Amino acid sequence: MTSAARRPAADAPDPGLPSAAAGPPSLASALVPPAARAGGADGDAGAQKASLATQAATGAERAAAVETADRDRPAISRIRPGRPLAIAAAALVVAMVVGVLVGPAGLPAATVGQALLARMPWHPALSVPAIDVAIVWQIRLPRVILGALVGAMLAGGGAAYQGVVRTPLADPYLLGVAAGAGLVATLNIVSGASSGLLPATAFAGAAIAVTVTYVLGTSAGRDIGSPGIGGTAASIVLAGVAIAALFTAVQEYLQQQSSQQLQQIYAWILGELSQASWSDVVLIVPYTAISAALLIAHRRLLDVLQVGEAEASSLGVNVARLRLTVVAAATLGTAAAVAVSGLIGFVGIIVPHTVRLTAGASYRIVLPVSMVGGAAFLVLADIAARTVQAPAEVPLTVITATIGAPFFLFVLRSRRTRSDLS
Amino acid sequence: MITLDAVQVCYGAAVALRSLTGSVAGGEWLGVIGPNGAGKTTLLQAIAGQVSYSGRVEVCGQPTSGLSRRTLARYVAYVPQNPMLPPEMLVSDYVLLGRTPHIGYLRVETDADRRIAAELIGRLALSEMAGRALRTLSGGELQRLVLARALAQQAPVLLLDEPTSALDLGRRVDALELVDELRRERSLTVVSAVHDLTLAGQFADRLLLLDGGVTVADGPPRAVLRDDILRDHFGPAVEVITTADGDRAVYSRRQPRPVPPAPGA
Repeated sequence: MTSAARRPAADAPDPGLPSAAAGPPSLASALVPPAARAGGADGDAGAQKASLATQAATGAERAAAVETADRDRPAISRIRPGRPLAIAAAALVVAMVVGVLVGPAGLPAATVGQALLARMPWHPALSVPAIDVAIVWQIRLPRVILGALVGAMLAGGGAAYQGVVRTPLADPYLLGVAAGAGLVATLNIVSGASSGLLPATAFAGAAIAVTVTYVLGTSAGRDIGSPGIGGTAASIVLAGVAIAALFTAVQEYLQQQSSQQLQQIYAWILGELSQASWSDVVLIVPYTAISAALLIAHRRLLDVLQVGEAEASSLGVNVARLRLTVVAAATLGTAAAVAVSGLIGFVGIIVPHTVRLTAGASYRIVLPVSMVGGAAFLVLADIAARTVQAPAEVPLTVITATIGAPFFLFVLRSRRTRSDLS
Repeated sequence: MITLDAVQVCYGAAVALRSLTGSVAGGEWLGVIGPNGAGKTTLLQAIAGQVSYSGRVEVCGQPTSGLSRRTLARYVAYVPQNPMLPPEMLVSDYVLLGRTPHIGYLRVETDADRRIAAELIGRLALSEMAGRALRTLSGGELQRLVLARALAQQAPVLLLDEPTSALDLGRRVDALELVDELRRERSLTVVSAVHDLTLAGQFADRLLLLDGGVTVADGPPRAVLRDDILRDHFGPAVEVITTADGDRAVYSRRQPRPVPPAPGA
């Protein structure tokens, strides 16, 4: 270690250190973390050791460093989503199981289980009616899987947009995905074209709107402040607001002109998974896979971007390329989700912020946990959408907002009353 | 270590740096002083490649315009005046950001990167708060934290823009002493913009006085911190006092003001 020669100097009382700022910590106070000091004040040495051991639960390496008094070399643990990711995954499994078990057909759980087995390559002899097998395999299963994919994309896309424009209010529709898809989908419905074209046209509309936003936003941002750095993120957001307003205005005009298709348009705009089929799943799997892989791959760079575009650039990051890649990846996933499910609100804002508030702010945690958590959340919301008013269905946005908003407010509130060092 | 040749920076029609030429030797601490708007920050940004400029900037004999951002970040560490400090980020994670120029695109930190960050956290007396969120740190702690991130870049050149502006007087001296120690220990070349002329004179080997984007004085502190030079650029009230230790203290005299007439007179 090249620094070995320096270490004694750092350990000794060092007049040059900014002493008063933290008070050059006395050796004793350096050995015992603040929490342990408070807790073990009246105990003996053994009690203090026990309290140190409690600390070890939060980071074995850190506690070891404390015990060996190696205070100028604290162990820095890797950032891993570990436990929150496991919790989100467990929630997803539960949601998917419930999603397959529940439905207007009212099949008993045993029948659902047998129906699931009936399509497996090897299975015992079963006597399940073909209709039940079809309900499980052709209606419930694709719907649950599609819901999970859509939820993962909306939450992951929201988290990514929030990171790249550093605005907590950013959602996956920020740059015009919703308005673009909405306009083109409305055109599709109004013109009486085949509804089979809806996913493709919605996807195209979303992609066009975001491209226009991005090109206008970055070219305007170049004139503000220092070249290509200053206010680019802000001008992209503003361009998104303008494009969304324009597209929405045209869409609303079209909608108002064709009142006979109003219900069909509304059903799409408020989001639904009732038409889910395996072909939808197959349609969006490639986009969701590419989008998720790209976003996860950029998790560390999104962390670097949290210190701002100028500082990230001085740390060697090509900010323009990073922003373009992340926006493209998030848009790809979101547009695919919108294409098959319409516009489902709130997931992209509520899920990432809940993860930030409860699990940690690093994108190495926020991105994967939001994707898995968003999948679980949307599957659960869809279960509610098809059961609360069965056999009729409630639009998904109504559910995500009525479940999501109070839950999010609860998280926000409980976070504020919690201590800092959790 | 750093060579500037006819470096010019314009913001639209405004010229922020006018054909600046000069150099900084390896291991030297250059203090950049000057009134507001003199071009101090712009000079640092030009060396760090953060503004577009005409002319030539060389660091370690390499023209910086030919280097990628990543390579430049291994030569030059830049601490802006008001660094953005994500409130929920952890201290150790923030210091690790400094390793970015040494980490491949889409890669994550290695154990070696974590060791380097841990060493700096210890060196800058941040060990106790390594696992805490940035929002829980005091101004002095944040100052050391930002230095730790810059040092994690392991760049030979350290650019500091007003490194002490957020600190009280005692902490300012502490912070600059720390920079001085670190630059000797790691043979760094330091260029810092400093508002406080007294501190600039106490710590820098050489002072560069800018005004209107032009060099108006350049030399050891005792040659630059003179009444006649400073008054031309900071106003007629500036006065330089030489202390018993030979340090130059610079302050601004208050103008005498006419005594108001007594009420009712």
